[in-house]
Amino acid sequence: MIYFDHAATTPVSPIVLKNMEPYFSDKFGNPSSIYKIGREAKESLCQARHLSQKLLGADRPGEIIFTSGASESNNLAIKGVAFYAGRVLGIKPHLLVSSVEHHSMLDAAKYLEKYFGYELDFIPVDRDGRIDPEVVRELIKENTVFVSVMYGNNEIGTIQPIVKIGQVIKRIREDRLARENKAPLVFHTDAVQSYQYFDCNVNKLGVDMLSLTAHKFYGPKGVGLLYLRQGTRMLPQQQGGAQERNQRAGTENVPYIVGMVKAMEIVDKEREKNEKHVSKLCDYLIAGVLRGIKETELLGPKDVTKRLPHIATFIFKKVEGESILINLDLVNIAASSGSACTSGSLEPSHVTSAIGFSDLEAHGAVRFSLGKLSAKEDIDELLKNLPSIVDKLRKISPIK
Amino acid sequence: MADLYGKKVMDHFMNPRNVGEIKNADGVGETGNPTCGDIMKIYLKIEKNNKGQEIIKDIKFQTFGCGAAVASSSMVTEMVKGKTIDEAEKISNQAVADALEGLPPVKMHCSNLAANALHDAINNYRSKK
Repeated sequence: MIYFDHAATTPVSPIVLKNMEPYFSDKFGNPSSIYKIGREAKESLCQARHLSQKLLGADRPGEIIFTSGASESNNLAIKGVAFYAGRVLGIKPHLLVSSVEHHSMLDAAKYLEKYFGYELDFIPVDRDGRIDPEVVRELIKENTVFVSVMYGNNEIGTIQPIVKIGQVIKRIREDRLARENKAPLVFHTDAVQSYQYFDCNVNKLGVDMLSLTAHKFYGPKGVGLLYLRQGTRMLPQQQGGAQERNQRAGTENVPYIVGMVKAMEIVDKEREKNEKHVSKLCDYLIAGVLRGIKETELLGPKDVTKRLPHIATFIFKKVEGESILINLDLVNIAASSGSACTSGSLEPSHVTSAIGFSDLEAHGAVRFSLGKLSAKEDIDELLKNLPSIVDKLRKISPIK
Repeated sequence: MADLYGKKVMDHFMNPRNVGEIKNADGVGETGNPTCGDIMKIYLKIEKNNKGQEIIKDIKFQTFGCGAAVASSSMVTEMVKGKTIDEAEKISNQAVADALEGLPPVKMHCSNLAANALHDAINNYRSKK
């Protein structure tokens, strides 16, 4: 099989798996226990926390909260901050999230609006999916407590100006302080697709919270983290134990946490090399597709420095995404689409809509996402098959 | 391996019958919903047989949509070709899905609209008479 869906998930690295193995049946102790194997588990957890802190450039190990993945991290971030502001500080929270966030952020935000009456605005994007930091400044109100902007978009690969948005937020925070407005203003980024290829040093980025999940970078599924800057207050969403400094109850998933942090360590070592490899292949793929298939549009910025190196999403006009994917599957090529039929929901992707495409056009979107094991031959195989598939489907299409 | 679609659906999707358009068609029908991502168009050529019944002499379709949408369009054309328009009118979306030996539940209301396009084409034919 040729796998072009690394933005969905990646295979677990054999080294990662080997590092996880002892923690299932041998070193199985509960980190909260006082006897030897419990203490050993605690020590491994502690090491993992220190290493992840270092890899994210965080100030303290306690700023890392291990979770079950990025969906939990995103939910915890927005709900934790919103509830703290709403219920502890007595502010009516205003939440600001970009219109191209992952559903785990968008839907959590809509939930807070619908069931708690919190104010919510979406930050618009341009045709490339980019946010203008000035627009963020304009949208921030006196009671805005939470801003979330994804670092790199999972559907179209657009990179957001996180550092600049962070500077805007910092200035507003200083201004609030001077005016004795005590409302917190927390800046969160979802770095799920970016960590592999970009430095996610939280101090350089200027974020207060950052979400990651292991399975996008050759770690296991079901484990992630939330970076929470010291001093940023939130209400925990899961009660029942003092784990994660009282921020997230539940026995720590030691084997998976160890696996994730090992995967982060490998990323850190290979980042530059993989970025070069993948972006070169992705350029080759983009050029080949655009040359070989007429009436095709690459989504996201055309400038390679403004896009994630591993994602290329195209709209093939007059054809529907799923029908392309099934044909590719029959020749053993795996790709994905944000289109209705495949995701089980009926509406086209909110991202393609946010960047200005019609519903019909949005249904023609197909995403190819590469990984470190992708090879030029894989792309040649795709380029050999794709033009005839699109051509065949266009012949069936009623759209002229 | 768990398949997305059954054999019959895949056969009609990969080798759709009666694709295309009919110039000067006697009836043209269209259905679909851009939000759902399915648009189906059906063209009819109607002739009277020696009993004076109106027969679907030829039928063609064009579909923008997922596997289920293409397969159900192809299937409906096969089901009604040569039938009287009265018989064709009785074909339901469910009957098309049954003839395809089933469709995934999520596709039933969204992509399984071929019979609607057919009925629309018949109405279009009748309105021109």
